[in-house]
Amino acid sequence: MCAGVVIAPLALVLFYLIKAGASSLDPHFFTQLPKPVGEAGGGMANAVVGSLTLLGLGGLVGIPIGVLGGVYLSEFGTRRMKWAVRFAADILSGTPSIVWGIVVYALVVLPMAGYSAYAGGLALGFMMIPIIIRTTEEMLALVPNSYREAAFALGIPHWRIVLNITLKMAGRGVITGILLAAARVAGETAPLLFTAFGNSFWCRRLSEPIAALPLQIYVYAISPYDDWHRQAWAGALVLIMFALALNIGVRVMTRGNAPRLAR
Amino acid sequence: MNASAITGKTGSATPLALARPGKGGDAAFRLLSWLMGMMVLVLLAVVGWILCHGSRFAIAKFGWQFLVHTNWNPVEGDFGALPFIYGTFVSSFLGLLIALPLSLGTAIYLAELAPGWVRQPAISMIEMLSAIPSVVFGLWGIFVLVPWLQAGPYPALAKYFGFVPFFQGGGYGQCMLSAAVIIAIMILPIITSISREVFRAVPDSQREAAFAMGATRWEVTQLAVLRYSARGIFGAAMLGLGRALGETMAVTMVIGNSDQFSMSLLKPGNTLASGIANEFAETTSEIHRSALFELGLMLLLVTVATHLLARLLIGAAGARRHPGA
Amino acid sequence: MKVKIAEKILVGILGVALATGCGPQGKGEEKGSEQVLINGAGATFPNPIYSKWAAEYRQVDPSVSINYQANGSGEGQKDLQDRIVDFGATDGPMSDTNLAKAPGKILHIPTVAGADALTYNLPGSPALQLDGAAIAGIFLGKITKWNDAGIAAQNPGIALPAMDIVVVHRSDGSGTTYIFVDYLSSVSREWETKVGRDVSVKWPVGQGAKGNEGVTEEVKQIPGSIGYVELVYALQQKLPYASVKNAAGHYVAPTVESVAAALATAKIPDDFRFSMVNPPGEKAYPISGATWLLVYQKQANALKGRKLVEFLKWAETAGQTMAGPLSYAPLPDDLAKRVLNEIDTISY
Repeated sequence: MCAGVVIAPLALVLFYLIKAGASSLDPHFFTQLPKPVGEAGGGMANAVVGSLTLLGLGGLVGIPIGVLGGVYLSEFGTRRMKWAVRFAADILSGTPSIVWGIVVYALVVLPMAGYSAYAGGLALGFMMIPIIIRTTEEMLALVPNSYREAAFALGIPHWRIVLNITLKMAGRGVITGILLAAARVAGETAPLLFTAFGNSFWCRRLSEPIAALPLQIYVYAISPYDDWHRQAWAGALVLIMFALALNIGVRVMTRGNAPRLAR
Repeated sequence: MNASAITGKTGSATPLALARPGKGGDAAFRLLSWLMGMMVLVLLAVVGWILCHGSRFAIAKFGWQFLVHTNWNPVEGDFGALPFIYGTFVSSFLGLLIALPLSLGTAIYLAELAPGWVRQPAISMIEMLSAIPSVVFGLWGIFVLVPWLQAGPYPALAKYFGFVPFFQGGGYGQCMLSAAVIIAIMILPIITSISREVFRAVPDSQREAAFAMGATRWEVTQLAVLRYSARGIFGAAMLGLGRALGETMAVTMVIGNSDQFSMSLLKPGNTLASGIANEFAETTSEIHRSALFELGLMLLLVTVATHLLARLLIGAAGARRHPGA
Repeated sequence: MKVKIAEKILVGILGVALATGCGPQGKGEEKGSEQVLINGAGATFPNPIYSKWAAEYRQVDPSVSINYQANGSGEGQKDLQDRIVDFGATDGPMSDTNLAKAPGKILHIPTVAGADALTYNLPGSPALQLDGAAIAGIFLGKITKWNDAGIAAQNPGIALPAMDIVVVHRSDGSGTTYIFVDYLSSVSREWETKVGRDVSVKWPVGQGAKGNEGVTEEVKQIPGSIGYVELVYALQQKLPYASVKNAAGHYVAPTVESVAAALATAKIPDDFRFSMVNPPGEKAYPISGATWLLVYQKQANALKGRKLVEFLKWAETAGQTMAGPLSYAPLPDDLAKRVLNEIDTISY
């Protein structure tokens, strides 16, 4: 009944995607750079690598702040600080991606006088922080206090307890949080519009503009060139497979999770 | 030991920290993680400040008029946000209206009625839907949804309901209604999954009591489950709305990008988010850029308000478990 | 254990991502020569030829990569003003106010001239004739159906359907728009007072699309639509376009020759900002315009400045031969000479 109606659009989208995308996906896609406007052929190699690079940069920002922030919330914080940080993280998680774009534009692109991979990566990193903080905190909270108490009783310094015991036990969960955040921001286009700018060639320095898969899909989709449409579908397929792979990875890792942590 | 340690409630594992004198490593680590926690607060402050600072010219020049003025004219430097506000609200609420019954129906089905072998795959499929990026929805929207809507349903709507101002104007496939439809598809998964959890949280005792009174399956659902979870459903709807309000790419690809204010759903329009996406990169006048920053500020305030409302309704834990709302 | 493996994979992905980001890539890279990336933003009007030039120039000088992102003339002007890109591209000349705001003197370097073709989607793709009054009427929202008298009177042999006219305009700041509304302002008093001329205007009717690409795509897809695009876009997509009545009273189709005829009659001042809509020539196409590259006269970076100047000189000489095949009119020799002199004033 209703479930059918809900599943139907999903099926339609996926079906079209696979049909249109698979037929256009060939090795060229991953190895060639875009050709001049209107000429057939070429690929999105720089966009694929660009997206990975941006994810890497974003991770550099998002993972330390997110994980350590989550550690703070779970292990150290005072009541007021905890409330404040959680509240702030909640608000940030609800911030629309386009707002991140204009914020990072004002923050980085204008002062640096240039579009860059740094700016794009920063925008993605900022978006990852609230997600990672939240999941880290939750995963850490699942570690039973008995472990912490036993470690204290043994005289182990607090910071070692957190690092080697608590964090390690929650490790799988924390990593799933990171993977989920990565899957989420990998497909974001709006924050990159005014930061990464796009590049028809390889990005040689991180202070230069960089191509990204979602950006490229957007540009190609609204163009009149059929060849570009083909490539847009292929790119969309790659993007979804990437997000799916990450999600499945998460699923695999959390199998048999919750009360049973690593032995 | 305090109560929270025993019951294991989220995030309170600190009682024993008091028992030990701070060693060098402790202090350093503590400071580091505190710093990171502070970064979040700083980040929030930065976002707010940049938006406010950016909007100062527009706020100074237009004041409250900005909210109700319909003229968005870069040539004259005259800006009014009403077309965008209208677009955001109409497309999001309409999308919610379309999605809510479908989501609830599915959630009820999955929580109460579905046999085991259907439940898990269906849930997985719905989660997959939520993993699809906005730009991909936009791509599908442009090439599949909009042409289909423009060929059949829209002319029919214009023909039979054309006397209503909402359905006037013809020929456009990229219009407010298309944006609403695509938003509806995009928020289905989040509303469905939260509703499902809300339903599952209803204690069985409620259902049993209803059964005991001789209610049918459907009546049980109505009496015991729905009524009990009304608040939670509202919260789920709010979270979905929050997501809808901030949608940028899929919307900008199917809404027609017109700054002209029009009541008709079949005419092109714009939302706060898509307006910023269209024009931000190329403003040559201070006032134009400032007006766009103000749009961003409004967008942020509206999404935050919705999110907070959702938190109130389904509790902080529930709202946090669903990132991206 | 699973966690260790996962950690390693994650670190691995991050490492690969950063390494590919930081390391040198791409074929055809000369060892030892410094790679220069020149960023430009702006008009979609000349995108086909600029992107062709970027590709060809790599053969001429493999150390230079010209990264041109066509996001509209408005963005080109703004990004250059903010010094975020090395050059801008626009088909609508910068206003005096904007030039005054820039941190340095900006030069307008004309490259080619082109035509705004009025392309449409009608069954049978008839060849229509339109005059200024009809076009203004359509874009003002006064003429709403294809079989309106204003259109039918000029196209006696053609059976026009009773379809709604779906107007498609630009959603971004556009020089193509500038040329179009410049023309409309000169043929329609009502347009001039009601809407005016700029890269971004308040359109009375219609839906917006991003870039020439977007407008072309929408006209291609929507039956009954009409839009204005640079000629090459309509040609590449095999879309029909209208012959427009010029000031001399003839209906002229947009071609390289009719644009060149318009260019020939234009009066070009020393700063190279000029308009060529509705020119007097007999064979001239009325909705024509030039497109410019915007650069600072004083270049901030010596190496980039030098390479940029070399590219500009190439564009004004060897590059001009590629204009015709892409349906742009190259600059006449005397104009090209004046432009080369202007380029010589750039210091770096």
